[in-house]
Amino acid sequence: MDFGKEGSLSIEPLDKILASVPNAGFGDLIPILQKIQAAYGYLPPSVLMAASSRTGITASRIYGVATFYEQFHLEPHGRHTIKCCRGTACHVRGGRNIIRAISRTLGVEESETTEDMRFTFETVACLGTCFLAPVMMVNNDYYGHMTSNKVKDILERYS
Amino acid sequence: MSEIQVTINGKELTSKAGQNILELALANDIEIPNLCYDPRLRPSGSCRLCVVEVQGQAEPVAACTFQIQPGMVVQTQTEEIRAIRKTVLELLFYEHRGSCTTCDENGDCKLQRYAYEYQLSDDVFEPPAGEGRRENYTTGNEALEYDLGKCIRCGRCIQICEEVQADSALTFKSRAASVEVSTAFDMPLNDSTCELCGQCISSCPTGALYERAAKGKGQCKDLVRTRTTCPYCGVGCQIDLNVNPKASEIVRVTSEVGCIPNNGNLCVKGRFGMDFIASDKRLTEPLIKRNGKFEKATWDEAITFIAERLKRTRSQFGADSIAGLSSAKCTNEDNYVFQKFIRACIGTNNVDHCARLCHASTVAGLARAFGSGAMTNSIDELKNAACIFVIGSNTTEAHPVIGLYIKKAVMKNGAELVVADPRAIDLTRFARLYIAQKPGTDVALINAMMNVIINEELHDKAFIKERTEDFEKLETILKDFTPEKAEGITTIPADKIRAAARLYANAKTASIVYSMGITQHTTGTDNVLSLANLAMLTGNVGAESTGVNPLRGQNNVQGACDLGALPNVYPGYQSVEDSQIQANFESAWGGKLSGRKGLTVVEMMHAIEEGKVKALYVMGENPALSDPNLNRTRRALEKVDFLVVQDIFLSETAEYADVVLPSVCFAEKDGTFTNTERRVQRVRKAVAPPGQARSDWKIICEVATKMAYPMSYEGADKIMGEIASVTPIYGGISFDRIDSVGLQWPCLDKGHPGTRFLHEGTFKRGKGKFHAVEFIEADELPDEDYPFVLTTGRQLYQFHTGTMTRKSPAINQVSPTGYVEIHPDDARRLEISSGENVEVITRRGRVTTPARVTSKIEKGWLFMPFHFRESPANMLTNDALDPTAKIPEYKVCAAAVNKTKQPK
Repeated sequence: MDFGKEGSLSIEPLDKILASVPNAGFGDLIPILQKIQAAYGYLPPSVLMAASSRTGITASRIYGVATFYEQFHLEPHGRHTIKCCRGTACHVRGGRNIIRAISRTLGVEESETTEDMRFTFETVACLGTCFLAPVMMVNNDYYGHMTSNKVKDILERYS
Repeated sequence: MSEIQVTINGKELTSKAGQNILELALANDIEIPNLCYDPRLRPSGSCRLCVVEVQGQAEPVAACTFQIQPGMVVQTQTEEIRAIRKTVLELLFYEHRGSCTTCDENGDCKLQRYAYEYQLSDDVFEPPAGEGRRENYTTGNEALEYDLGKCIRCGRCIQICEEVQADSALTFKSRAASVEVSTAFDMPLNDSTCELCGQCISSCPTGALYERAAKGKGQCKDLVRTRTTCPYCGVGCQIDLNVNPKASEIVRVTSEVGCIPNNGNLCVKGRFGMDFIASDKRLTEPLIKRNGKFEKATWDEAITFIAERLKRTRSQFGADSIAGLSSAKCTNEDNYVFQKFIRACIGTNNVDHCARLCHASTVAGLARAFGSGAMTNSIDELKNAACIFVIGSNTTEAHPVIGLYIKKAVMKNGAELVVADPRAIDLTRFARLYIAQKPGTDVALINAMMNVIINEELHDKAFIKERTEDFEKLETILKDFTPEKAEGITTIPADKIRAAARLYANAKTASIVYSMGITQHTTGTDNVLSLANLAMLTGNVGAESTGVNPLRGQNNVQGACDLGALPNVYPGYQSVEDSQIQANFESAWGGKLSGRKGLTVVEMMHAIEEGKVKALYVMGENPALSDPNLNRTRRALEKVDFLVVQDIFLSETAEYADVVLPSVCFAEKDGTFTNTERRVQRVRKAVAPPGQARSDWKIICEVATKMAYPMSYEGADKIMGEIASVTPIYGGISFDRIDSVGLQWPCLDKGHPGTRFLHEGTFKRGKGKFHAVEFIEADELPDEDYPFVLTTGRQLYQFHTGTMTRKSPAINQVSPTGYVEIHPDDARRLEISSGENVEVITRRGRVTTPARVTSKIEKGWLFMPFHFRESPANMLTNDALDPTAKIPEYKVCAAAVNKTKQPK
């Protein structure tokens, strides 16, 4: 299968990761995928195919696991991840307006990445901080009691 | 195995330990609805439909994952349980679109049956929310299609692909409501690890997976199933041809789980390779060549013409100027009648068939060593072998369903697999040890293994003493055949040879599996004798799961040999040179027989060259593509005075014929095939033949009768009756006895149960005979002009000369044309890239074909499949013969490779 420009990705980081997990088997798959994502920023299919042939874990199983967990991305991800809450508490306090404002500011829809690879915009069911509703996160930072006006200022802090 | 008493629905039942509730219930005809259960798979409990009540359990349990325990009391049909099942079904219909009226599965769909039984309300049949059928991993695939709208996410397709087929092409993708089945990275099916076996279709409980070509051709409820035997390789899978009686058309091929020998499993050829039956290229009328052109003729004209010409040839040049090629594709009955015609009507033993080209050396070698030239064990026994030594057999491609048994032995039962093959074949994935011998050096490898076994005292001295003779002769020549010496010849590191010897010799039960990588050499008989030596040396023959197993290539190559389509033996391997046997057959057949051995396949072609054979009668063979050194073969076919070809297609050989007769294929006739494990199985008529095509044996009977040797039978069963009367090993075979399950010969009389494995207690010939086999090089070795070793063989998707498989769009999509495999280092040196056309040249011919650059083959070696008429590997192969078995050396010759000039 042809993976286009991805074919040129270096396999070196993968080899380092696999060297740290001797005799890797199916049970080691999730930590391996996490490390690959940390090294490459996402899970490039060509790298996963290489991981499959090196470990003997079948490509189909790797794909099954990679698509099962929310944490894994098979497409390049932005440098910063925005998670905006659409849970009940946020919703009744106008969470939808925040989602719209982010979308408008960045020019992308939910689950998309900006062209300059700066942001990936996701929505989540609950961030567990309902007392701050409406709330959003950028990387590991929480922003509570959000209003549409605050969105632009906050995002500008992330280059 | 201990027995356990259980009560289900108030009925006392006896269960075996390890059974689950569902298995016990089904075995006792107690209905528990189930969708995700397939006896071939590990129970997953995913559909939740088989819930039952178990006394003492707080909640209902899934019967398929709950092990039987002593004293258990189970209820399967309480109101509460039925209500739960109804809810489960309703939830399943959230995912499954209710479209039974247009679904092919209608009539054979469990989901449909349960929906009726549990009287689901009509609103569940509304189309579910979300999209219907949309693009997925099967889009554009000619073989099969996946309809997400009918998928209930039970996972059976994924499981069978992983657990039985070991291909792991499929997976669940995503989570929760958006789960669907896909390949890795959603790649098109034919780009994935899929082998197109279609096992996923066979396991799918709904109509979500189906054969693309079957779509709309008839619903299951209207189809008639005819049980018959697959016409491809020697495994002899039992298949059901599903015929739409209104159109008299085969819609699909299925197989029943539980059937012998394949347990419902099929490969790509059996499932998707039947398009040839209804092909518009089938021959429908007799043809006579006049002024170089074929003209239609009536049967009467054609038969009279043939009879006249054969009579004239015989009176002018004698009976030995006529030769016949019988066919391993035809039934036992066809073969019996054909050889009887050649022997009793024509009066010569010049009858042979393509077994000469695949396992002649097996028949010769094993007959000398053991007394019987057939697979010693049954296919089913492989799964319990502690060690399997596969040498010169690409089992998963050439005998895919036997490949499944080997995989199962390794994956489920922990067998040690040793693979010896010049190419890193798929089975190496499962091997404890893989060794790549240079083509043509098998004797050196096996001798060195035996040297290790004797030096390390791993041989079975008691077995050697009691059951064998001539051990000393072998011992003498093995003394200096060290692994180091063999390393120099085979290129296998000495330590690996030692490891292979130890793995094989130390196993409690060890089975050798081999095929044409062993037999198709000028040293073919030597190779076979060496394997027999190895088995006897370690006492690994004559017991269950322990023996020497040649895998036969064609569907009925075993039967064609058994029934005397060989120049030296009558049916049942009875020598034509034995005057007492000759007299018996003379009285049975009512005619004078020749006591002289006849010519073998390649010898016939050479005899035509010399002007000794003037007429050739070919039934269902294609030497113009299958014989070695095709230029020479084709010159012979051109030269022979009179050539008759009986076939289902105008094959490459038929084009040379003076008369072509249309015959019926396996799906249009009754009879039997004998598979590689010596099992005689039924072939049954499912559809009407095209045009005026006739059964091979009927045609032969008419020609014989016209030549004043009256032959006629009421039906194939009557021919089997005659076979049983003159063939001791088939003495107990009759159509009645093999109606549901085939019998394995020797089956001496009507009360004989058949024979699972041979040589128990004593060898057929009395004592097993060791042969001192010295290593001899292949006939043609690489040199400066032809620096490569070329070896040839099969690939999974195609069969033999492709006349049948290449009529299948599904197969052509994945295997459109031939190729030559070359190692990346060689390719780099010659500046050849994958897919580029190259010219492969030997002393006998040249062929242009795309290169496939792969490290699966070693440096300096080349591989070509032989199925393709546009790049016929046999233009290149060497027709040098094994002196004993007369088998040609298809597996080794010297070759050169050139980049072809690309048109700019």
